[in-house]
Amino acid sequence: MNAFVGMPSFPKASSKSVSDAQLRHNLRKATHTIRAKRALVVDEQPDWAALRSAGAAIKDRTLRHLDVYLERLEEAVTAAGGTVHWAADAAEANRIVTGLVKATGETEVVKVKSMATQEIDLNSALEAEGITAYETDLAELIVQLGDDWPSHILVPAIHRNRAEIREIFLSKMAAWGRPAPADLKDDPRALADAARLHLRERFLSARVGISGANFAVAETGTLVVLESEGNGRMCLTLPETLISVVGIEKIVPTWQDLEVFMQLLPRSSTGERMNPYTSMWTGATEGQTFHLVLLDNGRTSVLADEVGRQALRCIRCSACLNVCPVYERAGGHAYGSVYPGPIGAILTPQLKGMAGPLEESLPYASTLCGACYDVCPVAINIPEVLLDLRSKVVTRGHHGQRLAMGAARRVLDSPRWLAVAQNSAGRLRHWTPRRLPGPLSAWSDTRDVPRPPKESFRQWWATR
Amino acid sequence: MVGDPMTSRDRILARVRSALSDVPRGEGPEDFTVPREYERTRTGPDVVELLVDRLVDYKALVHQVDDIGNAVDEALARRGARRLAIPAGVPSSWLGESEVIRDEPPLPNVELSGFDGVLTGCAVAIAETGTIILDAGPEQGRRALTLVPDYHLCVVRRDQIVRTVPEALERLDPTRPLTWISGPSATSDIELNRVEGVHGPRTLEVLITP
Ligand code: SF4
Repeated sequence: MNAFVGMPSFPKASSKSVSDAQLRHNLRKATHTIRAKRALVVDEQPDWAALRSAGAAIKDRTLRHLDVYLERLEEAVTAAGGTVHWAADAAEANRIVTGLVKATGETEVVKVKSMATQEIDLNSALEAEGITAYETDLAELIVQLGDDWPSHILVPAIHRNRAEIREIFLSKMAAWGRPAPADLKDDPRALADAARLHLRERFLSARVGISGANFAVAETGTLVVLESEGNGRMCLTLPETLISVVGIEKIVPTWQDLEVFMQLLPRSSTGERMNPYTSMWTGATEGQTFHLVLLDNGRTSVLADEVGRQALRCIRCSACLNVCPVYERAGGHAYGSVYPGPIGAILTPQLKGMAGPLEESLPYASTLCGACYDVCPVAINIPEVLLDLRSKVVTRGHHGQRLAMGAARRVLDSPRWLAVAQNSAGRLRHWTPRRLPGPLSAWSDTRDVPRPPKESFRQWWATR
Repeated sequence: MVGDPMTSRDRILARVRSALSDVPRGEGPEDFTVPREYERTRTGPDVVELLVDRLVDYKALVHQVDDIGNAVDEALARRGARRLAIPAGVPSSWLGESEVIRDEPPLPNVELSGFDGVLTGCAVAIAETGTIILDAGPEQGRRALTLVPDYHLCVVRRDQIVRTVPEALERLDPTRPLTWISGPSATSDIELNRVEGVHGPRTLEVLITP
């Protein structure tokens, strides 16, 4: 798979293959469907507010004492027969994983969709060492075969429609293994069946599996993976060697704490009472060799920021993406990292530092409407972190940048302007400049500048 | 071994500690309180009815039965399934006329693909979420067994059903490999249309017994 190459070359590349209208249509459908489902199942849970407070507090407890919990987790995993590795950055994590795969003598691995391994671009690192990594999540398969980038945490191939998927399967599957049937139809059932047959052979012959994890329980050493398709179960159970790459913020202190997150995550994420499959395992299980790679890669710098630290509570549910008016228009690719949407806007600049125009523009990719904060199951105050990051951009920027940021701020977040715009959006929508100035132009060149919503989020939410 | 794991371990732990300089020295993990005002248990509709409702919602097939052996035979007949793989500890009373092969010694994974289905028990079921949890006990077998065959027939006893997620976790042993199943495998990756059965069993059938 291609690496994220940052701005502005990435949006240029993506705009060739993805028509904006299609992407926007699909995104709109996706975000609105999931959003409605989520609202229904959250309403069903009478103690949602209390669960949310507990979830936020459990994560805060973890973060405030992360050293203690990391050591505890290491001890528990080791006691259960697993091996723990520590990776300070992406390069080290890739070295460790590549070394572990090579030690097995295998040149192919099956992978469960994992943001941590995307973040470190593990597939490219493996490829450089002659190891082919097969993505097994249906959407990831579509993305991998189509040689492009995921556009949503939860539905990474949402920018592709069924006809495109059929084309990709027909033209690319053969090169990766079992070809698609020649008479392949483009209905979702037929496409899913083609993927099932294509990947089954792979699962049954794979001897190394690579995963991430949703949670790691410090007390017991248990790792948890939530999924829908069963590709996770395949990768986690069938291979002889399992390697899990897990960010150090994924820890929860105790077994009992899972009772909170196993309620918060599925309902926030796919809008289901429970996702179809969850696997939990502790150390070396059912004869497997197990390696846990604990990944820092910038997380400790996020931890050091007292305001920004809360971003590490994130359980990657994607609820904030689905309510974000900017995300709905810009699409996941615009954020230039594996973490799109509001969470990406605060996580990417913090993980990578204010490394360039993209990172500096991300804190401005928001109307500050607050919808992301309202839906976040662990109550991350995304607008607060955005404002804090903006002030950092402005203070450290050059004079010209400062001006540009000032201009952008007038466009995107002047409370008065926005209030007027939201209340009389019909007329004022057309006032929005088509192109942002200075460093932001990279962000706006390939897409329309987000228009203020017709109805303010809070009005919409109240009348929902 | 690649790199020097001790070095990075120490480096990461040191970075974590210096990042947390704002946390008061004397604060221990337990001193930071977690409010637990959420409901660990609830009252409501009969748990069996609730479980049935939620399982059906997930497109699982559900029957409340008295005689397991008969019900198994009927289920297999409806489906035209003949050859079944079963975990070592499934009691003979569950087995009607069908041909079963016990997973003892473990069948090669490739062979599992050739079975018409698998019959197991469960450890716990959560009514509110329609979830069945397997813990690799004698009636449930290893994880691959309920994954590779296309059809999973699962026996749930009434006393194994709890209402809420917290009640379920309390009953489970974290050291065992656990699989939580809520309906058949599913994907919504293609234009958000839900399709049942991508890699896991495409059909989940549940027999609820007294
Ligand atoms: S920030 Fe909150 S809402 Fe967004 S993905 Fe993370 S947990 Fe979910």
